[in-house]
Amino acid sequence: MYYLEANHIVKQYATHRALDNVTIKVPRNGIYGLLGPNGAGKTTLIRIINQITAPDEGEVLINDRPLHPSDVEHIGYLPEERGLYKKMKVGEQILYLAQLKGLSKNDAKERMKYWLGKFDIKGWEKKKIEELSKGMQQKIQFITTVMHRPELLIFDEPFSGFDPVNANLLKQEILEMRDNGATIIFSTHNMGSVEELCDEITLINRSHAVLQGEVAEIREQHKKHLFKIEVQQGELQSNDLYEITHAHPIHRGHAYTLRKRDPHMSNNELITLLTQQCQIAGFEEILPTMNEIFIETVGESALEEKQNA
Amino acid sequence: MSKISLIIEREYLTRVQKKSFILMTILSPIIMVALIFAPIWLAQLSSDETRQIAIIDQTGLYEGIYQDSEEYQFTYTQGTFTPSQMRDGDSQPYAYVIIKGNLLDNPSGMTIYSQKQITNSCELMIKTQMEEFLKNEKLLSYNIPNIQQIIDESDVNLSIDTIRLEEDGAETQTSSEMVMVIGMAMTLIIYMFLMLYGGQVMSSVMQEKTNRIVEVMVSSVKPFELMIGKIVSIGLVGLTQLGIWILFIAGILISAGAIFSLGGTPDAASIEGMTAMAGGMNGADAAQLAVGETGIAQEIQRLMDSINITQLLICFVFFFIGGYILYASLFAAIGSAVDNESDTQQFMIPITFIIIFALYAGIFSAENPDGPLAMWCSMIPFTSPIVMMVRIPFGVSTWELALSMIILYGSAIGLAWIAGRIYRVGILMYGKKPSYKEMIKWIRYKA
Repeated sequence: MYYLEANHIVKQYATHRALDNVTIKVPRNGIYGLLGPNGAGKTTLIRIINQITAPDEGEVLINDRPLHPSDVEHIGYLPEERGLYKKMKVGEQILYLAQLKGLSKNDAKERMKYWLGKFDIKGWEKKKIEELSKGMQQKIQFITTVMHRPELLIFDEPFSGFDPVNANLLKQEILEMRDNGATIIFSTHNMGSVEELCDEITLINRSHAVLQGEVAEIREQHKKHLFKIEVQQGELQSNDLYEITHAHPIHRGHAYTLRKRDPHMSNNELITLLTQQCQIAGFEEILPTMNEIFIETVGESALEEKQNA
Repeated sequence: MSKISLIIEREYLTRVQKKSFILMTILSPIIMVALIFAPIWLAQLSSDETRQIAIIDQTGLYEGIYQDSEEYQFTYTQGTFTPSQMRDGDSQPYAYVIIKGNLLDNPSGMTIYSQKQITNSCELMIKTQMEEFLKNEKLLSYNIPNIQQIIDESDVNLSIDTIRLEEDGAETQTSSEMVMVIGMAMTLIIYMFLMLYGGQVMSSVMQEKTNRIVEVMVSSVKPFELMIGKIVSIGLVGLTQLGIWILFIAGILISAGAIFSLGGTPDAASIEGMTAMAGGMNGADAAQLAVGETGIAQEIQRLMDSINITQLLICFVFFFIGGYILYASLFAAIGSAVDNESDTQQFMIPITFIIIFALYAGIFSAENPDGPLAMWCSMIPFTSPIVMMVRIPFGVSTWELALSMIILYGSAIGLAWIAGRIYRVGILMYGKKPSYKEMIKWIRYKA
């Protein structure tokens, strides 16, 4: 069921604990978001999965067996801080990194042709990396990440540095790889792309996993029972069942933001109640955005921290 | 394993294909030769000018004892000269030598006046020629029969053979100057390569770190593999350069040897020219060498016989590799720990200090190759590659060589391991410059 499990990971550095008993379970063939403010421990966790560093405690399982050094050949990693050998030619660079991931030179050449064609940069093999624009370097970096057709892809802020057109291109590539069976871990601050792409997330804050689960479920859990209601005839007033938090006139009628007081009241009951008072033109439950949830969760724990201190 | 060889291959090829490498390899020997010969050539240039020296001999005893040469011309006058006479006027001679009294009675009766400080060699020439003359004068004054002949015959030019008794009972003719020269040359080469290529390891590690390529690399290979790959490839580049130079020198020697053997016994004039150039010897000595029993070709032959070339080369390669691994590991650890060039200073100072100390220890060991300094410094791994190379041409017992190498390789491997522990943490640490204490902590981190 899970492609990757990291269980009870603890990583201690000289003065601070980067990860404290963090567990994540990444379902096969999905896109998993790893969220958190800067310095929360995301990169450390990613490095542990990449076997760049080892955890002090806990274990990482891939396909239900412990991580093995040869597993690096099944993982593609795009770090947040991009880097390539500046003096090296594009072709040499791609082939070199692909061979280090275990591809034969001929296979690597074959696939390089495919990718350069796909990104519309054929004939760039002889150019030096330093001659390319930043966006172009990003494309090369992306190609080096996916050349060996990894089963697990780890993207750390993949869209930073891309213009909207190329960011969209990249998004399509990521979705295509998911459809072809890859499992993807996706670390970002861009909450819009999380809602759009991720199936599940873990929010890490101050070395702890503070929020985990499916995106839809998390949004559901964090809902504030707010509704956006458009009314053509009649007006709504706050009462002991609901509260109008915001109202403004629109083209024909009014738009309201309404919060129900009893969380257990079903939406159907609410609609029935409202229809008795006015003509409803629109009814929509307002779910919190991931951005709001992020700020709320991180803010809460910051507050707790303050109180404890 | 195949990943390490991939890394080595790439690092090696990019380095030897660099224009700077090709240029350095070709130009260095030329620059070296130029550095040696330029001063000699310049010295000869300056001697084209003939210097006038006025001898003012108030006694009249010493007229004509100084002979004119290419460098100096002498004029003799009697009488007195006041300082103003010597100072004023345009065409003053280079120096005035004033002799006030009989120098045998009064050794300080001679004074040199000049407007510019005269050269040491000029003063020495004036002094020794006069001393020689006075010595003869004194001897002649005893009125011994045939004294001139005795003096001439007492002027003996010794030629001493030095023979080393080998452990296996053989006797080897040696040339102590040449042994020393070869030892020093080896030491300097090792010193140069340790600094040069060790420094390259450091800057290359630092570059990968600041480029951020290192994070991509270590997601494919182990940090230790990356570090070893780098150290090995740069070492191979060094050996390649050295190999090219050795071929270069061998080529010159062989062609020189061919010229000698074709010409049979070389004529005195050509030898004189060559040796005067090479050693700055004066012509007379060189001519004597040529007409003497040992010609220069035989001299070279004797030198080749006196030193065990095979042993020397093998030891050189082993000490070079051991020393290189030792220092390159240190340099790699430093490169991984810092973010920029200026932060390396703090860590470079102790290393530079040790290497310079080793170099001095090497130079002094040439004077006393079996003394306690030489002995200890050829055992301590940080100095042994440099110091041992001075001692080997003088002959070092096998057990000492073996012990020194075991210590060197043991500590090189140990240090490489420690450096690897620091490296794998350091390359991923950005920002604050670490202290020694932190780096020691890194060694203990779980990999």
